[in-house]
Amino acid sequence: MKNKEPLILAVVVFFSLLTYYLVEPFAHSQMHKHHESEGFVYNDLPEPTKKGAAEHGKVLAIGNYACISCHSIKVENIPAPMDPASAAQTYGVNPPDLSNAGVVYDAKFLTDLIKNPAHALMVEHKFDPAKGKVHPMAAYAGMGGDLDQEVADIVAFLQSIAVKPEELTPTIAYENACGRCHANHYAGWTQIGEKPQFKKKQDELAFETQVLDYTDALTKYMGKLPPDLSIYIRSRGEHYIKTFVENPQNYLKGTAMPRVGVTAEAAEKVIEYLEDSGDAKRHERESVGKNVMIFIVIFAIFAFLWKRQMWRDLH
Amino acid sequence: MAHFTKATSVKDWFNQRLAIEKVEKVMGSEYWIPKNINFLWAMGMILAITFALLLVSGIFLLMYYQPNVNLAFDSVNYTIMKEVDFGWLWRHIHGVAASVVFLIIYIHMFTGIYYGSYKKGREMIWISGMLLFVTFSAEAFSGYMLPWGQMSYWAGMVITNLFSGGSLHADGLVEWIRGDYVPAQAFLNRFFMLHVLLIPLAILGLIGLHFASLRIPHVNNQDGEEIDFEAESKKYLAGDKAGSKVIRFANDFMSKDMMVVGVYLVFFFYLVFFNYDFAMDPVNFDPADGLKTPAHIYPEWYFLWSYEILRPFSVNIGLIAFAFAQVIFFALPFLDKSPNTIPASRRGLFKYWFWAMLIDMIVLTAMGKVPPSGVFSTIGFWAALTFIALWIALPFITKREKAV
Repeated sequence: MKNKEPLILAVVVFFSLLTYYLVEPFAHSQMHKHHESEGFVYNDLPEPTKKGAAEHGKVLAIGNYACISCHSIKVENIPAPMDPASAAQTYGVNPPDLSNAGVVYDAKFLTDLIKNPAHALMVEHKFDPAKGKVHPMAAYAGMGGDLDQEVADIVAFLQSIAVKPEELTPTIAYENACGRCHANHYAGWTQIGEKPQFKKKQDELAFETQVLDYTDALTKYMGKLPPDLSIYIRSRGEHYIKTFVENPQNYLKGTAMPRVGVTAEAAEKVIEYLEDSGDAKRHERESVGKNVMIFIVIFAIFAFLWKRQMWRDLH
Repeated sequence: MAHFTKATSVKDWFNQRLAIEKVEKVMGSEYWIPKNINFLWAMGMILAITFALLLVSGIFLLMYYQPNVNLAFDSVNYTIMKEVDFGWLWRHIHGVAASVVFLIIYIHMFTGIYYGSYKKGREMIWISGMLLFVTFSAEAFSGYMLPWGQMSYWAGMVITNLFSGGSLHADGLVEWIRGDYVPAQAFLNRFFMLHVLLIPLAILGLIGLHFASLRIPHVNNQDGEEIDFEAESKKYLAGDKAGSKVIRFANDFMSKDMMVVGVYLVFFFYLVFFNYDFAMDPVNFDPADGLKTPAHIYPEWYFLWSYEILRPFSVNIGLIAFAFAQVIFFALPFLDKSPNTIPASRRGLFKYWFWAMLIDMIVLTAMGKVPPSGVFSTIGFWAALTFIALWIALPFITKREKAV
């Protein structure tokens, strides 16, 4: 009789793959909206028209208090006016330190943000001045000169003090882009910073109280406490996170989460941070995986040779 | 009392006490298997190996898992996945094996149906196998509760709700099963107990029964041929290995088993390392939250077909249809009235019944996952009706079958 095994194998493989296709790629395409990334280019925002001068930007940002009445700039030794919890109780969320804003955020986004925060952040549905709701970050009205020039100067200043793009670390990117709203307890991160090691229980409780004060204010501001992102890389995956961060309204129309305005490079760093917290053993998985595959293939070859030997005189 | 003499060797010492040579013959070298079989006959060995993988990886996970609603999620996702050396490997093996074992069980079942391996004295093989299917399902469900993620919690909620029996409103029974009004600590503890003790014990016992049920009727073969195992084994032992219709379990059959196992393990470990999402649903990487219902709640893929038999009907009819789907496979040996034990391809209408059943179950599986709306709920409804109709038709079409 002719050997039917290849045909049987083909039938088994066909139905297994068909089932797999239907319950995985097909079903998920039906359940979730798919958005393609635009590559963090922010096409809806206008290109800056002016070339900024960093020195003048510094005068505006620091000398004229355009930024530092709310923001700290640690690299320039400008401290935060308030501790994070008090700041959150005042503004809803702690205004970010601006040391690395110039490298984490896209220049077009920063330019628009300074002039019209609610627009750049895509939260105009939440902050409508007509309804008496104003974004806690005041729009920059200028110091009397050309507004566009002044904004360009401030952006140039922020870019001049930030670390170089190749020095941007996952931690800097996460702290700036996500960390003031999202805890990540697998990375030891709270909304007010990395949780230190405490010698005394009192100090630890004091820190935790501060975190709770902060998250209470944040919850009031956002409507609900933004989720902990510890293993979002496993629960949402890279594609979802990137396209969500690029434009949160894509998936959740009306969400209070602002567009963060990160550059494509900073987005990569955020992903790396999330991989380190939620999929820390990925490199080990790949290298162990390769070795196991080699081992199993060799096992399969020996098993095949053994079968051939055993069945030689059975046919 | 038996008479013992001074042992001449270690083997002799054991032989006098445990009859190891005889055991070896009964279990291996003179346990006769038909020669006319294909690789589908190796699924039993693959299942045994996958079960061993589940058992060993489970033992390692058990050393770090915390059955406490506040700690369970992080004990899995932080302690095991990040802190413990190779904890991630054991978890991925356990998770992927739990899913793949069902693929193999289904292949094993459909092999049995295709070749008529549940007929003429082989009924107990089929029934003990179905009992294994049910206990494996319970094992899979209870295990799915343990990471205490969103899907654990909500699947636990939905499935235990089924026991209220629709209009019967047996809410007391649901609370008794949960140990609480909602899935909580008592619920997690008892499913932990079921998963690591009671159900594995039942599975081990049933595996013994399943193997034992094979001894008297013997393993079936590709043509359903009735073999005289006495005569054929004598032929083999006399040296006519090529002419005999039987082979030794060890190492003739075993060597072929291992060849198939080798191919299977390549596939299995590829999934473990490089394609595991299908077995470890992303939704379950969000911690359980009783105040936040996930947008889509669906069981793991291997329960989808029976879930879809429940879903398209009104509550009471759905539950009856669901109960029907759970037990009807047990009755297969008695609903198949045909006198023939031959492959489905030579059995007239049963040939179409077999492929219709396979395709219908795949359609049900697909429709069980997608949202139940529009064309999907229509397809699901008709597929569920087809499933029931096929079972009702089975005794009639097999009764008309002529003996060959």
